[in-house]
Amino acid sequence: MVSRNGFTRRDMAGLAAGLIGAPSLAFAAPDYKKFAGTKLEANLIKGPRGELLQKYEKEFTALTGIEIGSEVIPEQQQRQKMAIEFASGKPNFDVAHLSYHVQKRLMEKGKWLAPVSGYMKNPALAEPENNEGDYSAAGLTYAKDGQQMLSLPWSVDYFMVYWNKDLFQKKGIAYPTNFDEMMKAAEALTDPANGVYGFVGRGLRNANLPLYMSFLLGYGGDALDAKGNLTTDSPEAIEAAKYYQRILTKCAPPGVAGFNWMECQSVFLQGKAAMWLDGVGWAPAGEDPTRSRVVGKIGYSPVPKGPVAAASATFGDGIGIAAASPNKEAAFLYCQWAVNKTMGGRLLQIGGGVPFRKSVLEDPQVQAGVKMPKEWLDCVVACSKISKLGLPVVAPVAEFRDIIGAALTATLSGADPATELKKATDQYRPILERSEKG
Amino acid sequence: MRTGVRSYWWFLAPALVVVAGVIVIPWAFTLWMSVHEWKPGGAIAYVGPSNYARLVSDPRFSEALVRTLYYSALAVFLPLVLGTLAALAFHEQFPMRGFLRGVFVMPMMATPVAIAVVWTMIFQPQLGVANYLLSLIGIPPQLWVFAPNTVIPSLVLVETWQWTPLVMLIVLGGLAAIPTEPYEGAQIDGASAFQRFVHITFPLIRPFLMVAVLLRLIDALKSFDIIFAMTQGGPGNASETINLYLYQTAFAYYDVGYGSAIASVFFVIIVALSLAALWLRSRAAWMAEPVGDAS
Repeated sequence: MVSRNGFTRRDMAGLAAGLIGAPSLAFAAPDYKKFAGTKLEANLIKGPRGELLQKYEKEFTALTGIEIGSEVIPEQQQRQKMAIEFASGKPNFDVAHLSYHVQKRLMEKGKWLAPVSGYMKNPALAEPENNEGDYSAAGLTYAKDGQQMLSLPWSVDYFMVYWNKDLFQKKGIAYPTNFDEMMKAAEALTDPANGVYGFVGRGLRNANLPLYMSFLLGYGGDALDAKGNLTTDSPEAIEAAKYYQRILTKCAPPGVAGFNWMECQSVFLQGKAAMWLDGVGWAPAGEDPTRSRVVGKIGYSPVPKGPVAAASATFGDGIGIAAASPNKEAAFLYCQWAVNKTMGGRLLQIGGGVPFRKSVLEDPQVQAGVKMPKEWLDCVVACSKISKLGLPVVAPVAEFRDIIGAALTATLSGADPATELKKATDQYRPILERSEKG
Repeated sequence: MRTGVRSYWWFLAPALVVVAGVIVIPWAFTLWMSVHEWKPGGAIAYVGPSNYARLVSDPRFSEALVRTLYYSALAVFLPLVLGTLAALAFHEQFPMRGFLRGVFVMPMMATPVAIAVVWTMIFQPQLGVANYLLSLIGIPPQLWVFAPNTVIPSLVLVETWQWTPLVMLIVLGGLAAIPTEPYEGAQIDGASAFQRFVHITFPLIRPFLMVAVLLRLIDALKSFDIIFAMTQGGPGNASETINLYLYQTAFAYYDVGYGSAIASVFFVIIVALSLAALWLRSRAAWMAEPVGDAS
């Protein structure tokens, strides 16, 4: 387990080990104190990741002498504030917490981030383990614009299934291995008379896209084809929408059309739903006896295989440096600290996220300190092997989520999936085309 | 004389500067932006009236406009009726009247987002207390804000809970201002309580009701916080009012020019409706005429 106070010693030991194992690169320990006295501002998202950085930022100051002023803002508002500040040309922060799945293209188009590839090759700044090879493929896809790394991949969010072992056992049903079995299990476990439902998932417009994409990827589809054309009305997309409609109308609690993750979580933690498909970060709540009635009864599994593919819709956070910052090198040290083994280990151990860095995720010492059940960690590792980006990498992601999401929500009131998706695709296509031209 | 008039301007100047800074200049900028296209990361380009032309063919805008008017009509009417009834009740003398009045106005003091969180939990179809209470009287569970056909009435219920006390206070002020002579005359003539309300109370509190209508109308039209915190415009777009749509357009889609066009059109609609309400209020005024003139 990572010691709360052992940061400097552990990192130095890690650096020494890195030096021994790095035959070709003449990396020495970075000159941490070079920017002592510098003051950095960090714009962070409220949640386990942002709060973890804020909690331990004094350790960074002790290591580097760099003072940190951090602002932690709720997710939606942080994204908006960040974009507006970047657009002003003079953001009030040096370091930005990024939601890759929403902001990647916007950041690239605006050229708002300073490339970090050069810093990663600079022995005076980079830790030996902080190289591209240590980040998962999904992380690199998110962080890179062409050959340049524009940020450091930080935490990945895989969509997975939380399932209530008690409910499955009572009905003698095994955890499903494919979509068909999942539907059959959900239907068999649905018992409205006793307030129990086989499945719960997001129905609310916009929030529902990650769930739908989990199905779409299983059907072998995606939002865009290889040439960037919109394919949200393809046969695969329609089949996935039919599946989404069926499982949420036949097996989910009434009112699911208005459910975001909070409502789904409430139902699942009260033991009223047998399966809940959502992001990887909800295990701590499920295993907290003050919040959950299903402590110790939760199974954690990757999304069952679809008719074409096994896939885990993947989303992620990164941390980058504002191109307008006068303190880019100091900011790089902060970003590097944020994703290092100590901080990544802490993040994983509290169940607040999953580091993109392989050296953290696969470290036995880090794994040993994970407070969540081993099944959760195994699930995370399994998801990483079938990971696929959960949203299209385009600038108008919010419009995509709203328009396609509204169509999906409409199907929960009985609308025809094919008609709704065709209408939504026609509505979104000009927005996408206008954006790509701009 | 002229010098005296000029000297007044110095006293007005601070207020004028503030008004220009926080109202006139932002509005001028919004109008200017509405004829431009600008997305963060891109250049600002003049596009003439094309943002306004887009509004005409945007079904989401027209649907949001209809929803806004529907929501506002309910959110004005219900507090008006209930607030008037409450004022009539609290105008009477009864034990602990002052304390109960205080309790009644408490919802007005609560923070909208906190209210939204609490009511979202109350409305939760499986675990919320609303359906539990309905079950006690044999009514089947409802979906409240979680279904497209009930979401707006449910949101209005929250709005009504919070703002009925405001109407009550306004009408209570009106009731306190009514002279007693008309009632004495009506009692001598044998008028019933209902007749006294219809022929005396209602006409005399009408100007106060119109003030309440005006305030509620403006407030309902610009309602955002509770809707955003409870439904974010959902399920689907079922509770997406103009305010939510323009917020999404400007701050989630970063389509600032189009968002400004929506804001400008909506501003005109609000001003028109407010002027209509003011006109109705002026027609309802009774102060200028002698009260109780039965001739």
